[in-house]
Amino acid sequence: MSERPQTVTLTIDGQEVTVPVGTTILEAARALDVHIPTICEHEATTSEGLCRICVVDVNGGRLLQAACVTEARDGMVVDTRNERVERSRRTVLEMLNASVDLSQAPEVQDMLDEYGADRERFPQALRREHALLDDNPFYVRDYSQCILCWRCVQACGEDAQYAFALTLSERGFHTRVATAFDAPLPETACVFCGQCIGVCPTGALKPKIEFELEQGWSVEQVREHLGQARKRRKRA
Amino acid sequence: MPRELADILQRYQGRGREALLPLLWEVQTAFGHVDAAAARTISQTLRVPEADVYGVIGFYTLFNALPEGETTVHICTDPSCALAGSEELLEHTCQALGVQPEETASDGRFTVKRTTCLGLCEHAPAALVARRGEGLHSVAPADAQTLLNGAKTPARADTLGGKAHIFLGGAAGERAQSLAEYGDYAALRRALTELTPEQVSAEVEAAGLLGRGGAAFPTGLKWKFTREALAQPHYAICNADESEPGTFKDRVLMEHKPHQVLEGLALCAYAIGAQEAYIFIRGEYPEAEGRLREALAEAEAAGLLGERVMGTDWSCRVEIRRGAGAYICGEETALFEAIEGKRGYPRLKPPYPTTNGLFDRPTAINNVETLSAVPAIVRQGAGWFRQWGTEKSSGTKLFSVSGHVRRPGTYEAPFGVTLRELLEGADYCGGVQGTLQAVLLGGAAGVFLRADEIDVPLTYEDLQTLGATMGSGAVMVFNDTVDLREVLRELARFFAHESCGKCYPCQFGTQRQLEILERLDAPLPGDRARLLDIGHTMTEASLCGLGQTAASAVLSAMSKWPQLFPSE
Repeated sequence: MSERPQTVTLTIDGQEVTVPVGTTILEAARALDVHIPTICEHEATTSEGLCRICVVDVNGGRLLQAACVTEARDGMVVDTRNERVERSRRTVLEMLNASVDLSQAPEVQDMLDEYGADRERFPQALRREHALLDDNPFYVRDYSQCILCWRCVQACGEDAQYAFALTLSERGFHTRVATAFDAPLPETACVFCGQCIGVCPTGALKPKIEFELEQGWSVEQVREHLGQARKRRKRA
Repeated sequence: MPRELADILQRYQGRGREALLPLLWEVQTAFGHVDAAAARTISQTLRVPEADVYGVIGFYTLFNALPEGETTVHICTDPSCALAGSEELLEHTCQALGVQPEETASDGRFTVKRTTCLGLCEHAPAALVARRGEGLHSVAPADAQTLLNGAKTPARADTLGGKAHIFLGGAAGERAQSLAEYGDYAALRRALTELTPEQVSAEVEAAGLLGRGGAAFPTGLKWKFTREALAQPHYAICNADESEPGTFKDRVLMEHKPHQVLEGLALCAYAIGAQEAYIFIRGEYPEAEGRLREALAEAEAAGLLGERVMGTDWSCRVEIRRGAGAYICGEETALFEAIEGKRGYPRLKPPYPTTNGLFDRPTAINNVETLSAVPAIVRQGAGWFRQWGTEKSSGTKLFSVSGHVRRPGTYEAPFGVTLRELLEGADYCGGVQGTLQAVLLGGAAGVFLRADEIDVPLTYEDLQTLGATMGSGAVMVFNDTVDLREVLRELARFFAHESCGKCYPCQFGTQRQLEILERLDAPLPGDRARLLDIGHTMTEASLCGLGQTAASAVLSAMSKWPQLFPSE
């Protein structure tokens, strides 16, 4: 029996590249220093192909393929940035921007500029607005800034912490990240490990100190507040 | 803990996450909702994180975390029901109770909700009634009085017509065919005594049977790939999650010829080397589920299914699983997730179900109609099946016809019959009511045809030349009194309601598409270009078939009736 080949050779934007079997198109492009934009992808969490910003044109096929989850194959001809691709990326960015507060998502802001996205493209669009959740001493949650990249839910679960305090709830446009029955975090399985904050690409999850400084608190006020919180914990 | 809840949980001791939907159904039925306390005990019993239990409740529309009325009335407002006055029905029902849609009456007796297609289009307008402590039943045609006095309507008589060569033979429109009437699974007996599994799938492949759920993948090939996959065990699944608006032929097959479905599923299991089979049926089909359960019990009692089928060493254990309100679960991988007790998100493909399906094992999943064709193929042979249809579209096909025709119903016709013959023929619908304006072929995910396009022969290859698809075989007929823009709004509302929210193009695109179609009478400058960009993006960049077809009907309407849309 002949051995299976260990590598595949494909063409990305006219450049040929040979990569190990199992490499994604995104990884192969990175090996060539070809930039493909991503939003939901993160080295610490499982790629689920959600944001579709990384879609590329493979062999001129009917559908665009998400580079983060599509395996490189022998003989593939990949175009990472043609008219079809740009139209999809720009439209996704415009629709996202019409729905979510992206003011604290600098990487997405840069993408909006790079793709010439019109920030007013979808007037009168329903926005996902949620009240700020400030229910614990460590961090605040502002889901009006949540872009549903799933990373916090994944980090809380099988990708890191195995705490399973978070889930996705509802469906479609109205999907949101939630705890069980929307309970305050201290009443859930949350262990306050902070992994979710570490992987959040927007301002949806942030340490309380950062939030308070943003609100115009002085360093002294924040320090005093922290001291009170520490005392409360000791008593508890 | 209430005694009733303890009793339910007792029966689920030792089971895992795969039992989550059945357990949630029992609690939902008994108490009318699943609250935090019940969810906590469910979480402990099945060892599923509490947050995940909450996430699952929130995904499926027939589960709710908050209390509702003793009776919840779900009224369909999709296109075929809308033609029959469902908006007025919704309004009258709400008025009688002094509520708005999605609200509960102050005396706590009723909740009224808008819902998507219930597969009762020929009896429109349709409603689904959920009564606390009792369960579900459907009412069609529905009127406010019947819905509110709790009366169950007598069994519906479905219109069955056309050429009953393969599917509809011996079916009566009012009841299920019994085992005695159907016969004792002669095809399965032949397979078990004379044919190897390879021969069964080879016969199906030779017949040219293509999947009837909409994707038209060759069934025999799917079975071959699954059988040859190395991992064990293998699973056979019947996809009975029919939810495509305007489609009801699978319901009709299950309600009237349940044994044909079961025998087809058993033949699939035999052909792929499986001894475990599931039927995943949508929660909105209580009558079909009941008839399937009765038929399954009958077949098991006769030794035709279950342990050691017909005295052989081969077993075929069939489990019927009920969905809970999610169109996306008709997508095969989302359906696996639902059986596994998760939110019904479609998975990335590859890997494909034939190697990594249910519980990550090799799985053959087939539509109800596809499986229903198999007993006849095994009994009579591929050549017999091929006497109807064309080389590429063999056999006969079931069409669900609703809307403005004289006799809406389920029709069996050889592939190649023209759409005109189906609508006007004496054996079929007997003519259009009024002047034909448009036909929506293939359901919400389908394509519109103009009145001058109905001479097209209904085959996969001929429809392709028109840029149309067979889809599920749904045929919705609209005469010239219909405002197609209203139909488009209903379709857009359907997709916005049913998008799972996993990928961005569909999650945002279905909502943005709905917003623009809702203001079509007073559009904003640039709306036409917006619709085209949304359509392009959903079609080309969405993760699964739902998003990839969510703009299909809109885009086809834009090209055929440009005057209905704002000019740029």
